[in-house]
Amino acid sequence: MISFGLTEDQLEYQRMARQFIAQTVIPHAGHWDETGHFPKDAIRSAWENGLLNLCIPSSVGGAGMPLVDTLIISEEISYGCVGYSTSCMANELALTPIVLGADEDQKRKFLKPFVDEFKLAAFCLSEPGAGSDAASLRTTARREGDEWVINGQKQWITNATHADFYTVFATVDREAGHRGITLFAVPRDTPGITVAPHENKMGQRCSDTAPISFEDVRVPADHCIGGPGNGWKIAMHTLDFSRPLVAMSAVGVARRALEESINYAKERKTFGKPIGQHQAIGFMLSDMAAKTQAARLLALEAAWRTDQGLPANKEASFAKAMCADWCMEICTDAVQIFGGYGYTKEYPVEKLMRDAKLIQIYEGTSQIQRIVISRELMR
Amino acid sequence: MKILVPIARTEDYNARIVVNKAGDDIERGGVAMVINPFDEIAVEEALRLLDGGEGEIVVVAIGGDEAAPELRRALAMGAHRAIQINTEVKLMPEVVTPLLAAVAEREQPDLVLMGKQSIDGDSGQVAQRLAHRLDWPQATFAYEVSVEGGTVTVGCEVDGGTETVAFDLPGVISTDLRLNEPRLPKLPDIMKAKKKPYEVLTDADLGGVEESPIKVLSLSPPPERQAGQIVADVDTLIAKLRDEAKVLA
Repeated sequence: MISFGLTEDQLEYQRMARQFIAQTVIPHAGHWDETGHFPKDAIRSAWENGLLNLCIPSSVGGAGMPLVDTLIISEEISYGCVGYSTSCMANELALTPIVLGADEDQKRKFLKPFVDEFKLAAFCLSEPGAGSDAASLRTTARREGDEWVINGQKQWITNATHADFYTVFATVDREAGHRGITLFAVPRDTPGITVAPHENKMGQRCSDTAPISFEDVRVPADHCIGGPGNGWKIAMHTLDFSRPLVAMSAVGVARRALEESINYAKERKTFGKPIGQHQAIGFMLSDMAAKTQAARLLALEAAWRTDQGLPANKEASFAKAMCADWCMEICTDAVQIFGGYGYTKEYPVEKLMRDAKLIQIYEGTSQIQRIVISRELMR
Repeated sequence: MKILVPIARTEDYNARIVVNKAGDDIERGGVAMVINPFDEIAVEEALRLLDGGEGEIVVVAIGGDEAAPELRRALAMGAHRAIQINTEVKLMPEVVTPLLAAVAEREQPDLVLMGKQSIDGDSGQVAQRLAHRLDWPQATFAYEVSVEGGTVTVGCEVDGGTETVAFDLPGVISTDLRLNEPRLPKLPDIMKAKKKPYEVLTDADLGGVEESPIKVLSLSPPPERQAGQIVADVDTLIAKLRDEAKVLA
C-alpha cells in the first residue's frame, strides 16, 4: 500500500513550523545573510518551541520523532533560510550518532541536557585532508588509564564556535583504516580545544562554519560511544538519517525559489502580458515545479525507508544528489526569471542561489552520492 | 475558574474565497481551514485568565469530524478538554445557540468566552443569543478582560469609543481583535494534545435542533477593483479626485 497524504499530526507540525518561520526567520534572513550574524536567539526560539533535537528518543524526554516528520518540518525551516536550517540540523546530525550508538546511561548523560536546556552541538568528522574520503581521517585517540586522549584537526564544522558539545570521530589505530574509527562525546569546555575564526562563506552565511583543533584533549572512558572501532559503522548509519534531511532542506529552498518566481512572473509584464504567460518562462516554471515535487518524494521515500529500518543507503544518496542538484538548477532558473533584478540583493533569489550551492557540497558532495549509488548498483 | 470556549471552523482569512455555482454559499472545498480568528483570541484569553492556575478550559465545536484539527489545535494551545458535537443541520446562529446553551447547562462554566463573530457567516449574534438563552449577563466586543474574585470587568469596543462594564460570574464575553495575539502552539504540545480528553456528542444528546427558518438566497462577490491610473501631474490628480472620484470638495 502507498499513501502520499500527510497525517493530521504531520499537517499540524507543518502548519506550526510554517507559522514559526514566517514570524521568526523570514523577516530577518536577509539581514543575517548580509551581516553573517549567527542567529542564536532565533535558534533558541526554535528550541523553546520544540523544533530542535527531534531525534532524541522519548525514553530520555525527547520528541523521538520519526524521520519523515522531521523532514516535513525541515522543509518549512529551510524555506525560510537554509543557513538557519543548517545550524538547526547540525544538532540532529551531531546527536544522531549518540542516539544510534550510545548505551542508556550515555544517552541520559549526553542527550538529556539537550532536552533540559538550549544547547548547540557539532558533528566533527571532516578534516583538512579527509572530506569525501572520511575514512582516511587522521585525528587520533589513545587510551591512558581511565581516559582517552584526542589529538587532531577538524574542518568545516557547523556550529563549531557556538556548540556546547562535539561528537568527534577519531582513530584508535590508523593502520586499521575505517575499523579503527571510534566515536567520542566531547564537551566544548574540555581543555585543549581551540576553535579558529569562522569561514567567510559565499552562501548560508548565517551558519557558523569553523575549523577546530584538539590538542591532548582528555575525556573519561565512558565518553567513548559504541566501543572502540565502531565509529565508522555509526557514522555510516547516521548518513541514512542526515542525507534525507539535508535533501529535504534543498526542497525547502527550491519551493521558495519556485514561489518567488511564480509571484514575480504574474506581476512582471513584457510585451503587454505577464512574463509567466510567455511560454519560455511558463515552461521554466513548469520544470521547476515538477523537479521540486520529484525531489520532495525522493527525500520522503528515503526517510520512510530509514524509519522502517529498511536499507536506505542508496535511496538516501538518490535523494541527496538529486534534491541538491535540482535545487541548484531551480535557483539558477529563478535568478534568470527575475532577470537583472534577480542578480541584485533587492530581490530574494540571488541569496537562494548562493545558499543552494552549499547543499551540493556538504553532507557528501553530489559526486560522492553518485559513487555510493554506482557501487550499490555494481554490487 | 471553568471557562467554556466555543470555536467555529472557518476558511483561512488569507484564502481566495469564491461563490459557488448555485450562488447560495461559498466554495467550501480545497481551502485551508483555521480556528475562526476571533475564537482563537478567545482561547488565548481563557489561557491568560487561568494563567496556569486552578480551573479548566473546555473547547467545543459543532459540525463533525472535520472540526477535529481545530479542536486539537486549541488543545495544543493549552485548553484542557474538547467536545465535538456532530450535527447534519446547517449551522446558523439559531441552530448553534441552543446546542451551546445545552453544553453550558451540562458543563456549568463560570464564563463563556467566544469570538464576536465567525468570519464566514459574519452573523455576530451567537454570544448575545446565548447570554439571553442562559439568562446570563454579557459583555460584547471585548478588548480587555480582567477577573477579580467572582467579578469580571470588561473593556468593550463601542461605536466611536470604548465602554467598561462589570458583572458577577457566570456570564458571556465576546472577543474583539485588539484583545490579544494568540500564541503558536509548541511542537511537544501538539504531540500531547492527542492525549487530552476528547468527547464526541450528537445534537440528539443535547436535546436535538431544527433547521433554521432562515435561508440564504444568494451571495455575490464584491465588485472587482478597477485598475489604477497614472496621471501626469499633481493638478490632474487633484482634478480627478474632485471631479471623478468626488472625494475632494
